[in-house]
Amino acid sequence: MSADQIIVTLLGIALSFLVGWYFWFSEKKAVKIKAADSGVQEAFIKVKGGYSPNLLVFEAGKPIKLTFYREETAACSEEVIFSDFNKKATLTPFKNVTVELNIDKPGEYNFQCEMGMLRGKLIVE
Amino acid sequence: MAKDPVCGMEVESPSEYSVKTKGAKYDFCSEKCKNDFLSNPDKYIKPINSSEATYNISSKGIEKLDIPIIGIHCSSCIPTIESEIKKLPGIIFAKVNITTEKARIEFNRKKVTAESIIGAIKKAGYKTGQSDLSLGIVDMYCASCVTKIENELKSLPGILSASVDLATEKAFIKYLPNLVNIKEIKNTIEKLGYKTIEPAGAEKLSSKKTLSEKEKTEKEPVDENKLAREKEYKTLIRKFIFAAVLSVPFLIISYPDFLGLPEAFRQGAPTLRYLWIAMSILSLPIMFWSGSQFYTGAWAAFKNRSANMHTLISTGISAAWIYSATATFFPEIFPKAELANQFFDAIAIIVALVVLGMALEIRAKGKSSEAMKKLMGLQAKTARVIRNGQESDIPIEEVVLDDIILVRPGEKIPVDGVIVEGSSLIDEAMITGEAIPVEKLKNDEVIGATINKTGSFKFKATKVGKDTALSQIIGMVEQAQSSKAPIQKIVDRVAGYFVPAVIIIAILSFVGWYDFGPQPNLIYALIVFVTVLIIACPCALGIATPVSLMVGVGKGAENGILIRNGNAMETAQKLNTVVLDKTGTITEGKPLLTDVITTEDFSENEVLSLSAGVEKASEHPLGEAIIKGAADKSLTLHEPKEFNAIPGQGVEAVVGEKKILLGNIKLMKNRSVETGDLEEKSKKLADDGKTPMFIAIDGKAAGIVAVADVVKPDSKAAIAKLKKMGLEVVMITGDNKRTAKAIARQVNIDRVFAEVLPPEKAFNVQKMQNEGKIVAMVGDGLNDAPALAQADIGFAIGAGTDVAIEASDITLIKGNLKSVPLAIELSRATMKNIRQNLFGAFFYNGLGIPVAAGLLYPFFGILLSPIIAGAAMAFSSVTVVSNSNRLRRFKPKSD
Repeated sequence: MSADQIIVTLLGIALSFLVGWYFWFSEKKAVKIKAADSGVQEAFIKVKGGYSPNLLVFEAGKPIKLTFYREETAACSEEVIFSDFNKKATLTPFKNVTVELNIDKPGEYNFQCEMGMLRGKLIVE
Repeated sequence: MAKDPVCGMEVESPSEYSVKTKGAKYDFCSEKCKNDFLSNPDKYIKPINSSEATYNISSKGIEKLDIPIIGIHCSSCIPTIESEIKKLPGIIFAKVNITTEKARIEFNRKKVTAESIIGAIKKAGYKTGQSDLSLGIVDMYCASCVTKIENELKSLPGILSASVDLATEKAFIKYLPNLVNIKEIKNTIEKLGYKTIEPAGAEKLSSKKTLSEKEKTEKEPVDENKLAREKEYKTLIRKFIFAAVLSVPFLIISYPDFLGLPEAFRQGAPTLRYLWIAMSILSLPIMFWSGSQFYTGAWAAFKNRSANMHTLISTGISAAWIYSATATFFPEIFPKAELANQFFDAIAIIVALVVLGMALEIRAKGKSSEAMKKLMGLQAKTARVIRNGQESDIPIEEVVLDDIILVRPGEKIPVDGVIVEGSSLIDEAMITGEAIPVEKLKNDEVIGATINKTGSFKFKATKVGKDTALSQIIGMVEQAQSSKAPIQKIVDRVAGYFVPAVIIIAILSFVGWYDFGPQPNLIYALIVFVTVLIIACPCALGIATPVSLMVGVGKGAENGILIRNGNAMETAQKLNTVVLDKTGTITEGKPLLTDVITTEDFSENEVLSLSAGVEKASEHPLGEAIIKGAADKSLTLHEPKEFNAIPGQGVEAVVGEKKILLGNIKLMKNRSVETGDLEEKSKKLADDGKTPMFIAIDGKAAGIVAVADVVKPDSKAAIAKLKKMGLEVVMITGDNKRTAKAIARQVNIDRVFAEVLPPEKAFNVQKMQNEGKIVAMVGDGLNDAPALAQADIGFAIGAGTDVAIEASDITLIKGNLKSVPLAIELSRATMKNIRQNLFGAFFYNGLGIPVAAGLLYPFFGILLSPIIAGAAMAFSSVTVVSNSNRLRRFKPKSD
C-alpha cells in the first residue's frame, strides 16, 4: 500500500467515526442563559427549519421567558409544544411569541414542534 | 416565594391569584383557594399589625368612595360594617346607608387602599360588587405612560386598583361595576392617546394565558396562522408544478435509447449535449427554489447534530447535480464514456414528489382547533339584571355576585345561580348531558349557558366570570388540548439513522475504491462516493406517508368518519380502552315512548290518545314523546280544554269531555286518586331507567305511560365488536346510577361510571391513561368536551354539539357507534400501509446502494447508471402508489 492510500484509508475511517459521532453520540452545544436584574431568564429562539439555539441551560427556580420568532411559513414549525408543562404555543410567522415557564426541579425538558421534526431541550440546573 | 394561606402550598409571588387585603398581599395557588380565602379571610390570616402596611400609591389627598354592599337586610348590621371599616388606619368618615345599600367612605389614600376597605366589609360578613378586567393597550412605548394611565384610571370613581404592564401591553383593573363600566374605563385610556383592545371573552376567562400570550390580544391570531398555512400550501404547489413540468422532458431526454428517440438525441450526439447543458441550468431553480426548504431544513438539522428527511434529499440532489454537471461540461475526466451519466431527471422527480408530499401533508393536517371559540360562543352575551328595581341589559362581564337576573323563555341563562322567583323547564343537555329538560323551582340551581324553555324566572348570581360551570369546562378543554404529546414522524425517525449510515457507507466506498480500484483511482472513488449518495435518496420518500394518509382519510370520509389529522390516524391503532358517554352516544339522546300500562277498565289506545291529547297543550318535551308515540299508532287526538300545568307535579285538562290528570305520584295523591298496583309497576319502570307518568281519567287511575331515552339500534352490536377487537369498553355518564346500570345491562357493559360531573369525566379518562391505557372517548355533548380533548383519541358523534366536534380528533357523521370499531380498523390498516410504503421506498434504493458502491463491478463491470437509479426511483414510487391504492379496497371486517 502506498503512503497516500494509507492516509486516505486512515482519514476515511476517522471521518466515518466523526460522522457517526456527530450525528449519533455527540453532546450537543448548549447556550447558557443568564438571568437579568429582574431575575427573569430571557432567551430568544429563532425558528427556521429548527430551533436556534435548541439547547438552553437555565437556573432552577427563576422564571424563564422564551421568545420565539418564526422566520418561515413551513407548516411544520407552527406549534411549539412543551409536553412536560402542558404548554403549547402557536407561533405566528414573523412575530414574537413568548412562552413563560417556571421550573423549580432541575432536569432536562424537551420541546418540539407538532410533528416532532424540530426538537429542542431546556436543561435546568 | 410566598405561602398560600389556604392550602399552605409554596407559590410564586406575585402569583396569578393574588389579593391585597387588610394591609397585606396574599398569593394563592388557584382560584379556589383565593375564593375560599376571600369568603372568610379571617380564618386564614394570622394577625398582623396593619399599621405596618405601606403602599406606593400616588397621593391625591382625601378620597371619597361609594361602595355598594350586597345583602344588608337590617339596620342593626350597619354598625358592624362601619366599625370594621373604621378600624382601618386613615379612615376619616364611614357611613352605611341601608336604603341605597351603599357605604360612603372618606379616607386618606396614603394610609389605606380601597381594597383594604373592601376587605373590611367582607370581614364584617358582607359582599361588595367588584369586577376584574384585563384590557389590551396598544401604542405604549415608555414606562412613564404606565404611570400616566394608572393614575388616570385610579382617579375614576369606582376603580379599586389599576396596574399596567408595559411588557404584555395590558392593564389589570379591579372596579365596581355599579359605579363605572368597561366603556368608561376604555374611554379614559383612549383619551390619553392609547388604543385599547376589547377584552375577548376567552381572554378574560382564561387568565392563565393572559400574562404569557400577548398574541391573544392581537386580533385573530388563529386566522393569521391559517393564512400562513394556506400561503405555504400554495407556494408548495407552485414549486411542485415547476419541478413536475420540467421533469417530463428531463425524463424523456434521459432515456434516448429506451424511448427510441431520433438519432440527434442519442448518446454522444451534439444536440443531446446542448440539451444537457440546458438541463443542468434548469435544475438549479428546481433545487434552490422548488427544493429550497430541503437546504434550510438540512442545515438547521445539521446544526442540531441530527439528520432528517431534508438532509437525505439535499445531499442526494446536490450530489446528483455535481456529478451530472461534471459529466456534461467535463466528460473527458471520466475514465469511461458510459460513466459520464446524467441524473437531472432524478433531481426533478425527487423534488417534485417530495414537495407534493409536503403539500399533501398540510392538507391532511387540517384546521387547528376552534373549540375555544365555539365554547365562548355558547355563553350569553348580555344579562338582564335588576338593580335598584330597574331592569337593564348589561354585558355578561359586568354581572357580579348576587345580582338578580331575569330570564325569559327561550333565552340562555347568563351565569350560574339560584332561582329566587318563578319556575321553568331548563334544557341543560349542553352541560350535564341529560337529554330530558329539568323542571326548576325556587331555590333550585341554574347553570349558565343552559337554555330556559318555558317560563320566566328571576335568579341570583352565585358564580360569575371564571367560576361558572362553562368557564370551568373551557379551562379544562384548553388544558387537555395543550397536553397531548405529539408523535415524531416515522420518516424522520428512519432518516435519523439512515442518513449518517449512508454517508459512512459512501466514505468507506471511497476508501475502498481509492485503495483497490482501477486507475484513475481517485476519479473512480469520487464517482462511487457521489453515486452512493444519489441512489440512497428515494423518490417516493416524501409521498410514502401522505398518500396513504390521504387514502385512509378519504376512505374514512366515505364511511362517515372524519379524521382530523395524521396524529389521530396514527394513535387510533394503538387504542386499548374505549370510554362511551351514555346519553346521545349509546342512547338516542331524546325521550321516546316505551310503555303503556293500563288498568282493567281502559284500553291501551284510549290511555295513550288521552295522554297525548293533554300533552298537546303542554310544552313539556316528555309530552312530545307521548304525542309522537300516539302519532306512530295513527291515533286521533282531541284538543285539550281548560289546560293547567301544576309545577313539580304534572298537568290537568279536559279532553273529549273527560277530565284528565297526567303526572307523577304526588299529583295522584294530592287529588286522592287510588293508584293500586300501578305504583309498584311504576317503580319497576323507573328501575329500568324509564320515566313513568300516571294518568287518571275522571278521577280514576287509568294507567301509566312511560318514556325513556332508549338505546340506539346499533349500539349493542358495536360494543360487542369493540370487545371482540380486544378493547376494554367503559360507560360514563352524568345520569343517576339506576338509569346508567339499566342501560349498561342492555348493551353488556361491565364497567360503569355514573353520576360523573363534566370535570370528572376528563379526570376519569386521565386516571385510565395513568394506568398506562390508551384511551378513546366517545361523546356528543358539551359536557364531554374536556374528556374528548383529554382522551388520546376523542370521537365526537356527528349529531352532537359543535364544541364536542371541535374538541375531538375524529367525528362520526353517521351518529352510530358502529363507526368506532370501523375507525380503529381503518387506522390499523392505514398505519400498516404506511409502514409497507416506507419499506418499499427505502427497499429498492437500499438495494441500489451496494451497486453504487461498486460491489458488482469486479464481477460484471457495473457501476451505478441512470438506468439503475431510474429503475429504483420508479419501483419505489410505483410500490408506494400502488400499495396506497390497495388501501382503497379497505373493507371493514364483518362481525
